[in-house]
Amino acid sequence: MNEPLWKRYLIWISGFVRGNFGESFEYKREVDELIWDRIAFTLLISIGSLIFTYIVAIPLGIYSATHQYKWSDHFLTFLSFVGMSIPAFLLALSLMVFAFDIFGVPLFGLFSAYYEGAPWTWGKLNDLFKHLWIPVIVVGINGTASLMRIMRGNLLDVLGQPFVQTARAKGLKETVVVAKHAVRIAINPLISILGMSLPGILSGSAIVSIVLGLPTVGPILLNSLLNEDIYLAGTLIMMLSLLLVIGNLLADIALAWVDPRIRYE
Amino acid sequence: MKSIIETTEDIEGAGDPSTDGGQLSYRQLIWRRFRKNRMGVISGALLILFYGLAIGADFFAPYHYNEINMRLRHVPPQRLHFSLSYGFYVHGLKSVRNPESLELEFTKDIARSYPVKFFFKDADGKRHFFSSAGPMFLLGTDRMGRDLLSRIMYGARVSMTIGLVGVLLSIVLGSILGTISGYWGGWVDNLIQRIIEILSAFPDIPLWMALGAALPPGWSSIQIYFGITVILSIIRWGGLARQVRGKVLAYRESDFVMAARAAGAGHWHIITKHLLPGCYSHIIVIATLAIPGMILGETALSFLGLGIRPPMTSWGVLLEEAQRVTVLLHYPWLIFPAVPVLVVVIAFNFLGDALRDAADPYSD
Repeated sequence: MNEPLWKRYLIWISGFVRGNFGESFEYKREVDELIWDRIAFTLLISIGSLIFTYIVAIPLGIYSATHQYKWSDHFLTFLSFVGMSIPAFLLALSLMVFAFDIFGVPLFGLFSAYYEGAPWTWGKLNDLFKHLWIPVIVVGINGTASLMRIMRGNLLDVLGQPFVQTARAKGLKETVVVAKHAVRIAINPLISILGMSLPGILSGSAIVSIVLGLPTVGPILLNSLLNEDIYLAGTLIMMLSLLLVIGNLLADIALAWVDPRIRYE
Repeated sequence: MKSIIETTEDIEGAGDPSTDGGQLSYRQLIWRRFRKNRMGVISGALLILFYGLAIGADFFAPYHYNEINMRLRHVPPQRLHFSLSYGFYVHGLKSVRNPESLELEFTKDIARSYPVKFFFKDADGKRHFFSSAGPMFLLGTDRMGRDLLSRIMYGARVSMTIGLVGVLLSIVLGSILGTISGYWGGWVDNLIQRIIEILSAFPDIPLWMALGAALPPGWSSIQIYFGITVILSIIRWGGLARQVRGKVLAYRESDFVMAARAAGAGHWHIITKHLLPGCYSHIIVIATLAIPGMILGETALSFLGLGIRPPMTSWGVLLEEAQRVTVLLHYPWLIFPAVPVLVVVIAFNFLGDALRDAADPYSD
């Protein structure tokens, strides 16, 4: 503790590589014991949001592009602008107030009081999924909105290309032209965006978790920062960044797998 | 400039619109295309209005933002009434102590009413655009009896300028490094691109949180303000640098740059006179689209208590008070600062979108 800053950092970082993350001053426990559960829940929410984002955004983008400049397209465009603009924590806050007003239940945490701290059973898993959908949607909204815009733009570009006209000229039905010819091409860039949307989702999950009191990395990170619990905070930020790098790698691999024209030399 | 545009409009009405395009300068073409986008124009006007209100907050806000009134805590928003004989007025307040929570609760006192006067002169002799001699809280008050409407107007100063200053910083950093990267290429390019990649691999809010927490607690409000802008722009310059690099790379081998080089122009001359002007419209568009992200960043940081600190106020600071559901259920008007945040961010997004469409006047 009496060493200069750079030496302490070197000691910590060399321990980090070997899986020794130091001790949390605040909790008086090894950082290692504190974080794994939380990282698992962070992953759960992030992956859930990612799936939600793609499942909702792609059909909406296709609908918007095939109905260009109709009122439904304008409506979806406006909605996506609102979706991109609304900060996740505000959405979480207002959802929580509405839910409390309407159902009278606090949407706090990931488990009901009954299952909190209980061992894992089917009932607890069921309870988890009942609570999970709210943060998943809240975290996913921003990404969904922008992804929808991108899908719409891509599809519009593709629909203007000669081969689509050829397909139409052959007398194919419009649904076949869109689904079989155009969408397949338009969807490709979305996979390379997968890697880019990860930072947003991890950030979103951190701040939404703080508002909703979820047992993920977010709240414990805020706490450790406020209490200057540096080993814990450092480890958490390192872990989040590692998750991102791994996610980017997976996205790149997925892209090369889907599009055989991409090869790394 | 306006008269020129109007006259060309006349020509346009008479003939083919595509043939007279050559007479207009690049800027006029951009302006003409931008004007056609209704959402963009409305957003632009709205933002000018908001910035006007923020700059003139001393005059437009009915109270000073730190005017504490402990006897008028958590007053709900009052309705503004209008009658032909009396003008605008608000009713007085009646306080009742809640027997359960022991909190004072306010209801309106119809027996009393106070006129709302324009160009009102307060006790210190300062003019306000509108205010009243009695209590007038159109958006209610917070836990220290401060007028929420006035606090939102003053908070706009911080929240709306932090995006501008932060974007300015990232523009300077991004253009310089992007130009260097694209112009010289080689290992310099490689190094800068790797740095950008590393920066973009950080999840922004957790990193901002860490940097925000690292600001020394002894700093003054102004220092904190600039600290936050630096923090916000640290991550965001990378995207801009990338775009500038792409443009510079595309122009570097173009004929007009080759010609300039053959004529003996120096690097500095080529960069400032030939390369950067080609990127201006691009830079402006990206900057406009980056501002809302920074506004949201500041709001989120302050909301978590890691950003702007009281007594300075911003929309995020105001929302921090609305953080707990129990507070919000009792005093729902405290969420109101979210409205200007949303409006400004949406307006910037629409404006950026319209500028992007307009910035490329030679397309289609």
